[in-house]
Amino acid sequence: MSGSFPQDSVGLVESQHMHFDESLRLDCGRELPAYGLTYETYGTLNATASNAVLVCHALSGDHHAAGYHDASARKPGWWEACIGPGKPLDTNRFFVVCSNNIGGCHGSTGPTSNNPDTGQPYGADFPMVTVRDWVRTQARLADYLGIARWAAVAGGSLGGMQALQWAIDQPDRVGHAVVIAAAPRLSAQNIAFNEVARQAIRSDPEFHDGRYAARGERPRTGLMLARMLGHITYLSEAAMGAKFGRDRRGSGEGEHGDYGFNYDVEFEVESYLRHQGQSFVDRFDANTYLLMTKALDYFDPAADFGGDLERALGSTRSPFFVASFTSDWRFPPAASREIVRALLDTNRRVSYAEIRADHGHDAFLMPVPRYQAVFSAYMARVAEEVGA
Amino acid sequence: MSPLREDLQIVANWVEEGARVLDLGCGDGRLLRHLFEQRRATGYGLEIDPAGITDSIANGVNVIESDIDEGLSDFDDDAFDQVILTQTLQAVRRPDQLLREMMRVGRAGIVTFPNFAYYRLRWHLAVRGRMPMSNALSYAWYETPNIHFCTIRDFEVLCDGLGIHILERRVLSHELKRPLVGGLLPNLFGEVALYRICRA
Repeated sequence: MSGSFPQDSVGLVESQHMHFDESLRLDCGRELPAYGLTYETYGTLNATASNAVLVCHALSGDHHAAGYHDASARKPGWWEACIGPGKPLDTNRFFVVCSNNIGGCHGSTGPTSNNPDTGQPYGADFPMVTVRDWVRTQARLADYLGIARWAAVAGGSLGGMQALQWAIDQPDRVGHAVVIAAAPRLSAQNIAFNEVARQAIRSDPEFHDGRYAARGERPRTGLMLARMLGHITYLSEAAMGAKFGRDRRGSGEGEHGDYGFNYDVEFEVESYLRHQGQSFVDRFDANTYLLMTKALDYFDPAADFGGDLERALGSTRSPFFVASFTSDWRFPPAASREIVRALLDTNRRVSYAEIRADHGHDAFLMPVPRYQAVFSAYMARVAEEVGA
Repeated sequence: MSPLREDLQIVANWVEEGARVLDLGCGDGRLLRHLFEQRRATGYGLEIDPAGITDSIANGVNVIESDIDEGLSDFDDDAFDQVILTQTLQAVRRPDQLLREMMRVGRAGIVTFPNFAYYRLRWHLAVRGRMPMSNALSYAWYETPNIHFCTIRDFEVLCDGLGIHILERRVLSHELKRPLVGGLLPNLFGEVALYRICRA
């Protein structure tokens, strides 16, 4: 069966689930009495458990980072460009682990899970979670998998922030931190985009203060709008221009006389955004989207140190690989350079690449040749170091 | 790994054990790797060329993608024991400003550059009337990244004006060989100049 997948793919993969009965104290002050993590692994853990790499997912990502769930699956996992045989996270050398964050909606405990106190889905009652909470849950997963120390913790966007948090909170368990297309904190503009997304969801009449599941409804329109807005910010103007231009459905670039003079889908970009929004609604939960955007907004490791990022990074011990993309205006190179600067000031080992790419923020998911080459070079050194 | 080029070997010998170094335009990271491995040095390379950055990482050195024409504002005063600039001075927009920045972030510096007063280059220009090309200067005038050529004398006058003290000068002649006549008339017979400098 694996013969039907590309050679450089991990091929057919299956999700696994681990239930933790130990309660988890969250940053928000509340406690989860028990929780579960859904995760996937690729490659083989070596005898000394030295070759494990933790991959952290972004806002709308999940544990399915690479490979295919069944032979007919059209789409591979979200980081297929970087995980697989011969790829930067080379599964011939590394044992790659990716878990769905708690608060998520793809198997790990989150708003769609049943609240043990009520027997009903948590919905709006699910506590707010932070990036630090995610690190705590993943540390327990590492314990369970017998991984004392990750060869590297890697991620892009919110996942890159999580890798940074790992390096700060668990310095003894992180061999290298790979922080891609991330930021030390969100800008006001970023929080503003998140707030518009949240308001779109919360003002949908079918949101019912987050208790939509109990009524058998869903705030589809609101979630769709939130995703459409987010999607615009993940692409660059150049990328959208190249992909859609002013093309119109069916007709390509037509004369003025061809306009419909109505509000139906007319331009290709409208069609694309609506499709993205609609397909997102089918696979994502609105309460999870709200929680994830808040986790992003709250992320600010320097805040505990009077805004001094240098001091916040004082606990780290791992070398860092930081990368950004020139056309990324959501997490621009300047944000990555701020992380680099703080690491330089703290005398940490760090390498930084600013990759020319037109795809905007989404470039971190794409097979950009220079990105794959420099990421591969870094990970090859990591592999040598841990004997993978 | 292959042995260092003669000019880089001289530079490496100038770096003290365990020094904190910044290599401006570190290329493929070869010199830094040598310094990390052979002299227990620590520090960073700055590079702008994508292939150089990937090669530097493969060489296991810390490399930061950055444009040294934009200054060294990422670094604090006195952050390094040695700031190294090999064969790059002639390619930067403002060599004077870069030298000043080097002396701000480092306690000492090492600078190497192709000497434009080298006799073969003088000959090229004087007799053939064409912009010189040589081993050290292998580009045609219209495509060269080298925009600020200088001579040994020019460099020393500039250092004097910037309040930079020259601790040591070495020259290499044709094909990076040590000069035959004990370094006589360096501005004429030196193809590559190497300097150890510090704040006066």
